[in-house]
Amino acid sequence: MNTNTNPDVPVFQFIHTSKRFPGMDSYAVHDVSLSVKPGEFITILGTSGSGKTTLMKMVNRLYDITDGDILFHGQSVKEQPEVEYRRKIGYVVQQSGLFPHMSVADNIAVVPKILKWDKARIDARVRELLTLVGLEPSVYAKRFPRQLSGGQQQRVGIARALAANPSAMLMDEPFGAIDAITRETLQNELLRIQKSTQKSILFVTHDIGEAFKLGDRVIIMHGGELQQFDTPANIVLHPANEFVSRLVGADDPMERVKVVCVSSLADKSRITDSKLSLEGSSTINDTLPFLLAHPSEDIAICNNGEVIGTLDRDRLADLMKK
Amino acid sequence: MEKFFNYAVRHYDKMLGYLGDHIMMCVSALLLSLLIAIPLCALLMRSKKVTKIVLALLGACYSIPSMAFFAIMMPFFGLGKVGPIVVLTIYSQFILVRNILAGFNGIDSSLLEAAKGMGMSPVQIFFKVQLPLAMPVIVSGIHIASVVIIGSATIAQTVNAGGIGVLLFEGLRTQNYVKMIWGTILTAALALSVNYLLARLEKFAQRKAKGGIA
Repeated sequence: MNTNTNPDVPVFQFIHTSKRFPGMDSYAVHDVSLSVKPGEFITILGTSGSGKTTLMKMVNRLYDITDGDILFHGQSVKEQPEVEYRRKIGYVVQQSGLFPHMSVADNIAVVPKILKWDKARIDARVRELLTLVGLEPSVYAKRFPRQLSGGQQQRVGIARALAANPSAMLMDEPFGAIDAITRETLQNELLRIQKSTQKSILFVTHDIGEAFKLGDRVIIMHGGELQQFDTPANIVLHPANEFVSRLVGADDPMERVKVVCVSSLADKSRITDSKLSLEGSSTINDTLPFLLAHPSEDIAICNNGEVIGTLDRDRLADLMKK
Repeated sequence: MEKFFNYAVRHYDKMLGYLGDHIMMCVSALLLSLLIAIPLCALLMRSKKVTKIVLALLGACYSIPSMAFFAIMMPFFGLGKVGPIVVLTIYSQFILVRNILAGFNGIDSSLLEAAKGMGMSPVQIFFKVQLPLAMPVIVSGIHIASVVIIGSATIAQTVNAGGIGVLLFEGLRTQNYVKMIWGTILTAALALSVNYLLARLEKFAQRKAKGGIA
């Protein structure tokens, strides 16, 4: 899998991308232009009918682009042979989409087998991926999807999408059918996996909390139109329009803190060795007691235990202003 | 009782001949049916409206009593096996087409979307995903069709097709109970063994589709 990972070339670039279904008057997606940098975790947020899923499905050509274009590592997606192109991008669907008649190992091995990897390489990769997603290979490789819980199935779904080592992944509301407790665990796992593998991810969701927790930047869609594309903190501090403002409760600091995660307040240029630390994925709301208890000391912000920066109190103050 | 066993001892070669004939007729009809049903279904998958019409037509054919159907075929095929094989094939279409379509349409579309999104080609999706998952229902159709064919083929003797029907009809004509009973036993034995084999095959396909056999 050789995709150029030149950091200056966006992994995805939408150029006036539009989609109109045959026989429909209105556009499902209208004139979306934006760039995604390699290694970014981008969440696409919107209600049903907002065009969020349609937008993502144009990337792997499950839907054809009506107007405009999408570039993958600088190359138009329209110019490449459809089927081979899709093998370069991982795809995860809501119900995991695991093939019931194949074992976990065979499911994960689907794309590598199509790409004609040799058996030893495939076996090693399957074991590596099962370990990565937190499933013990000796136990789970031979099991079948029906023997797994929803959360475990989705972990396998993620492993399968990563099998051929694509540079990017598309995820269509992958945790939508999973209970809230497992969902939180999977979200944290996914953040860990993304940070360690540096894959670019497009993640569709209708849950604001999830979108803001996972996304380095968030694409907000409504009625087929792009509403705003920015970091969670910026969206909350500078909403682009009335719709976004209402969506994130931008007027009310008490609403804002429920939605923005502590990681948005991290000053990544300063790594402190302070004993005080907070997990980046927690919301500011959840960590207020802690923040109030330590009003002047340095607080480290972590991702799965690893320090990524220090709390920037100026940013926190901005967020709390009316 | 004695007459019963003596008959078998004296005429076992003839009886095996009828059995072999019968099996040949049934197998030909089944294979021909599958050869027609599979491409037919590939076409029908594209149009729900045409499917409805075709199934209605096949259903009408299925309801024609076998004796009448064999008779109607005589002007085209004369006496002998060919006409009955055609009729049996037509009967089977009704069962096979319904089951094959049901098998493929019963697959969760999110699975097919996942397969497509991952970069599987249409051919790969057909052989690696659709066929294994549709198999249980397809085999079930073959199972039912086989039993129907075996039974209906006995009537084919009315147009001199041969097979086990010979024993049954000769027996009826001459009031020879030994022949009638042997005819019945042979037909039943054939039907039961085929039924058993295909039921096992169906179970195997089900277990594989649900996930249990790598």
